[in-house]
Amino acid sequence: MSPQAKSARRAQLEAAALYPLEWLEERSGLVGGVKYFLFRKVPRDTGWFHTLGSATLTAFLVQAITGVILAMYYKPDPNSAYESIQHITNDLTLGWLVRGMHRWGASVFIILMFFHMARVFLFGAYKYPRELNWIIGVLLLAMGMLEGFTGYLLPWDQTAYWATVVGINLNGTAPIIGPFLAQFLAGGTEIGADTLSKFYALHMLAIPGAIFALIGLHLYLVIRLGVTSPPWSPDAAGRERPEAAAPTNGREGLVRPGRRGGSE
Amino acid sequence: MSDQGPHLPAPSLWPIGFAAGIACILIGLVISVLVAVVGFGIALVFGFLWLRDVTRPVRTPAPEVEPESRPSRATEATAPAEGDAMPVMSEEEIATYPRSTFISIATLGLGGVIGGIITVPVLGFAVLPSFTNQHEPNVELGPIEDFPEGDFVIATFLEDPKIGEVSRRTMFIRNNGQLEGQPSFTVLYSRCAHLGCPVQPNGPVFDDEKKTIGDHVELTPTKPAGFGCPCHGGQYDTEGNRTAGPPVRALDRAEFSIRNGKLVIGSFYSVAKVEGTGERARIQKYGRMPPGVHVDGPEAWLYPLEVPR
Repeated sequence: MSPQAKSARRAQLEAAALYPLEWLEERSGLVGGVKYFLFRKVPRDTGWFHTLGSATLTAFLVQAITGVILAMYYKPDPNSAYESIQHITNDLTLGWLVRGMHRWGASVFIILMFFHMARVFLFGAYKYPRELNWIIGVLLLAMGMLEGFTGYLLPWDQTAYWATVVGINLNGTAPIIGPFLAQFLAGGTEIGADTLSKFYALHMLAIPGAIFALIGLHLYLVIRLGVTSPPWSPDAAGRERPEAAAPTNGREGLVRPGRRGGSE
Repeated sequence: MSDQGPHLPAPSLWPIGFAAGIACILIGLVISVLVAVVGFGIALVFGFLWLRDVTRPVRTPAPEVEPESRPSRATEATAPAEGDAMPVMSEEEIATYPRSTFISIATLGLGGVIGGIITVPVLGFAVLPSFTNQHEPNVELGPIEDFPEGDFVIATFLEDPKIGEVSRRTMFIRNNGQLEGQPSFTVLYSRCAHLGCPVQPNGPVFDDEKKTIGDHVELTPTKPAGFGCPCHGGQYDTEGNRTAGPPVRALDRAEFSIRNGKLVIGSFYSVAKVEGTGERARIQKYGRMPPGVHVDGPEAWLYPLEVPR
């Protein structure tokens, strides 16, 4: 077999293999979009510190997935919530594992959010033009805390109950609106029949929805604005860059993503 | 295209109002003279406006109006001299109120109205049930003889048996004997005035003398020197006044009444401070507030609004 024939056959095979991707790309542009997302340019001296954001995202996805599975077995009713948690932990195969992932993953998620925030703060990555992304990050932190607050009630044991009593009454001490806020959260003057299902709905529908939307905005801005170099980088923003003819349209100093499909 | 002159008469909305007026007259003839009179008024007003519109060309010469059409940018930019039939409009004419603006505003407006119609009741359902129809407790605790004079009894009961154990409340109740021929009770609510944890009696609790009354009331005698909260260390005396720790006011209390010789718990209220003891206590009483909220003094100015229930 001649080399030409071999390579022709190879080209044919490659074309066949790539055909579905090309079909998809032609109709949706998704392949280019994914390449644009994954193979964008980053500063050459990014390091492990820059992985904290992705780690936080991963922790959130773990919470989302394990939460959906737990919701298949949990019963948000004052008379059966505690028993359903016992059932998940003690009776159902691997229930102890998934509940444990969700329970400990919650702490991991919060801790990683703080590490990520510390990295952004110490690297000065919140500065122009990324102020808006810092603000979105603060909203995400608040949403994460709300997830912790609403999720803590769901085991419906003594710790959960009294911690939530204290948490609701802490809200109740806010000036002017505090008493209204407390009564809204408890669904009445005290924790009652509907408090648990209200917290459950907030915990698994309202707040995660907001978090998904905010993560979308967060990532959009990360892709649009690029990743910051570390403060010790020779490429740090504001320094003279090797290519002096860089555009000066007000985006100087930004590491700009490459064209669609990566490599420029 | 050039024969598209302005419509004569111009389209008008007044006939619709006139028709509505006529309809009102016809309906009014059946149901009420008042409606007929109102309909007559509407028909008169809109009929006049319609007539005025229709007769305008007769009264005043019709202004020369260009047909409403917009030149394409390409025509304007590249081929203005080709003798194209498309009329070229001046900047002033483009700035009039085009159809697309009307459609945009109408879409936004309609969308807003539809969104509002859907959102307002849904938001109301999310918020209002917490603030309306909050029932007042009205629970029979048992015969007065079960409350020995001068001693505290821990009474636990379901505020609303329909919703079950989650509505269980604990009161510390002391029979103060008679005051001017009326029975007197001190009824303290166990909810700490700091952040709502359950305060406990500082003293012996006689569990072996516990009495169960009905299907959910339990009475346990106790001899406390005061009450203390396990969460953050708030301390109260036997009148519910704060003696130490973070609470901002005295323990809440509940109204009581005697029905057929049985003690009945009524609605709860908040207390700033109690002076005197037992049946001689003078209680500074306020509407029920959440724990941690001052009811008197300058700090109470932070909470000017009463929560509806």
